[in-house]
Amino acid sequence: MPQPRHLDRTGPVKYLTEFRDGAAARALAREIRETATRRWPIMEVCGGQTHSIIRNGIDQLLPDEVELIHGPGCPVCVTPLEVIDRALAIAARPGVIFCSFGDMLRVPGSAHDLFRVKSEGGDVRVVYSPLDALALARQHPDREVVFFGIGFETTAPANAMAVHLARREGLRNFSMLVSHVLVPPAIEAIMAAPRNRVRAFLAAGHVCCVMGWWQYPPLAERFGAPIVVTGFEPLDILEGIRRAVRQLEAGEARVENAYERAVTFEGNRPAQRLLAEVFEPVDRAWRGIGVIPRSGWRLRDAYRDFDAEARFDVGGIVTHESAACRAGDVLQGIIKPHECAAFGTDCTPRTPLGATMVSSEGACAAYYNYGRLHQLQRA
Amino acid sequence: MTDIPDPSAWSCPLPLRDHPAVVMGHGGGGTLSAELVEHLFLPAFDDPALRLLHDAAVVEAPAGRLALTTDSFVVRPLFFPGGSIGDLAINGTVNDLAMVGAIPLYLTAGFVLEEGLPLATLGGIVQRMRAAARAAGVRIVAGDTKVVDRGHGDGCYINTAGVGVVAPHVDLSPRHARPGDRVLVSGTIGDHGTAILSVREGLEFESVITSDCAPLTGLAQAVLAAAPGTRVLRDATRGGVAAVLTEIAQAAGVGVVLEEGALPVRPEVRGACELLGLDPLFVANEGKMVAIVPAAEADAALAAVRADPLGRDAAVIGTVTADHPGFLVARTGIGATRVVPLPLGEQLPRIC
Repeated sequence: MPQPRHLDRTGPVKYLTEFRDGAAARALAREIRETATRRWPIMEVCGGQTHSIIRNGIDQLLPDEVELIHGPGCPVCVTPLEVIDRALAIAARPGVIFCSFGDMLRVPGSAHDLFRVKSEGGDVRVVYSPLDALALARQHPDREVVFFGIGFETTAPANAMAVHLARREGLRNFSMLVSHVLVPPAIEAIMAAPRNRVRAFLAAGHVCCVMGWWQYPPLAERFGAPIVVTGFEPLDILEGIRRAVRQLEAGEARVENAYERAVTFEGNRPAQRLLAEVFEPVDRAWRGIGVIPRSGWRLRDAYRDFDAEARFDVGGIVTHESAACRAGDVLQGIIKPHECAAFGTDCTPRTPLGATMVSSEGACAAYYNYGRLHQLQRA
Repeated sequence: MTDIPDPSAWSCPLPLRDHPAVVMGHGGGGTLSAELVEHLFLPAFDDPALRLLHDAAVVEAPAGRLALTTDSFVVRPLFFPGGSIGDLAINGTVNDLAMVGAIPLYLTAGFVLEEGLPLATLGGIVQRMRAAARAAGVRIVAGDTKVVDRGHGDGCYINTAGVGVVAPHVDLSPRHARPGDRVLVSGTIGDHGTAILSVREGLEFESVITSDCAPLTGLAQAVLAAAPGTRVLRDATRGGVAAVLTEIAQAAGVGVVLEEGALPVRPEVRGACELLGLDPLFVANEGKMVAIVPAAEADAALAAVRADPLGRDAAVIGTVTADHPGFLVARTGIGATRVVPLPLGEQLPRIC
């Protein structure tokens, strides 16, 4: 039954239709199948790509030779437990308006989550941009407004801009709990790990929109791994995989840009300048993985007044991950989610031990849902 | 946003003008309460049973079985593109009745008002309720008002309870879904939730997204007439179409397979949901019906729904199956399948 005609028009955002075309997707998948002659573990770094793969079922179109490993690119999943505990401590303070992206609210700290803090009287608000938090700070000069600044290079420019504007306007009641992470050091850490299985990477298209792809050729060369800058729609992801497989089969290890409609070699220079002005590299702990050298950003000294960790003196909060959770091994492709002893028993979407079980596109949660279906279909 | 209903068009009757906003006394049972009832509620709802101002309304009892339901309405903002809390309070309860195949007859309306609510706003809400009740063919026969201290409510909460009558042969239940049945939706999905979110977040799109708030009695009766074997009707409110279909799958012990490509979604709603990281399948509707009908009657049911202006975007969106009982599975645009898991609570916008 076709759609009523007035709903069938594509409108201005063609990506929602053209880049999801079923016939074109199957043609790309066929080409991948014809190209791949042996097993190639390929990691998509970014959580947005994982979401698209799960949401559209892209992995089901691929031949067995292509193994997708869902990498550590979900900012919610890799934000360390102790940073979440610090967020919970700040959000519970009287007089604080704590602003966060929506999907952080359900991520468990060691005792509870931001939803619980809200139900107990904390003023926790979902915002879509750090600039919304800045507006709240202007509206409520008598309150401390704190923004939970997490994410990769993608969300960083808006966060940098918020802090930059706060300083310029002299907004004394605005601060940011910063836990930014960076893609290139993560790729380096994964490739350098002794148990690494990953042979090629799909680099995150939106990260490269900001940063360009000039950082990646040395990594591709050093580790002999193709890196393909890849977008987020089904055709983007299939094209990224196609190019990665073609390089792997040919024994090449180059950086290719399969997201040319958005990404240039240099990236967004004004954004990079702002980032360099506001942030400086720092060793950063990744949830489940551990500390990766120079893999994050923190506020520079000139902006330290806006650092919520210092303002609320929560730097002393130190907590440890569940010993049973092997999310780090999952995120590095060392084990599959169901190979974890806690999977489906102690750890379910209702009672997640790690963040990969929290979000529905987290690798563990995705396996949990599919796994139940496959069990039913076998029965 | 020009099509948000304008409460200031309502003019305050004379005796009420001394208090342009709700005060605690409006709920105190004295003269202020009486004036509010006499000059605001009675003229708007204009019903002989209500006018008697007795402790309970006495109405004619129809022959047959009665359907009873109640629902409470909490929405921020009170007025939004395409409707208001008043429209929701009428249509929400009317639709709950319509989904068991009932013809809605009588409604009660209970108001919890926050001290300080402008009377013009309340007047506007009540006018919308009057219009919605007329459109749905129901009478508002009883009511109640309470006032809470400022800061203890979002301006206005409304509870409505409803009574309807069900024809003898009608027997609808989520448990009745059978493998092979077809799944219909009566129009575009996700409109209401996206409209609310876009005003709440101050998001402006090229075209205003309007709530689909509407009574479904006509559509429900049309389906029952065209497809007498209809198994289930549900209005896809909170949790959206996905929640309704999952509940049906669990209640009947069947699986449901959705064709994502067949889902009617307005381009502007699709765009807004992409932007906000939401899935229209989980977004609330206030005037959309999901119908499960036997395959042999699907074409007739679809034609009957499409014949109504409220149902012109109706589509067959899926099939009931014996496979994967209790699960909703979607066939994606590229031909793969995925489980559609219900969110634990509210759907949360994604960071990237």
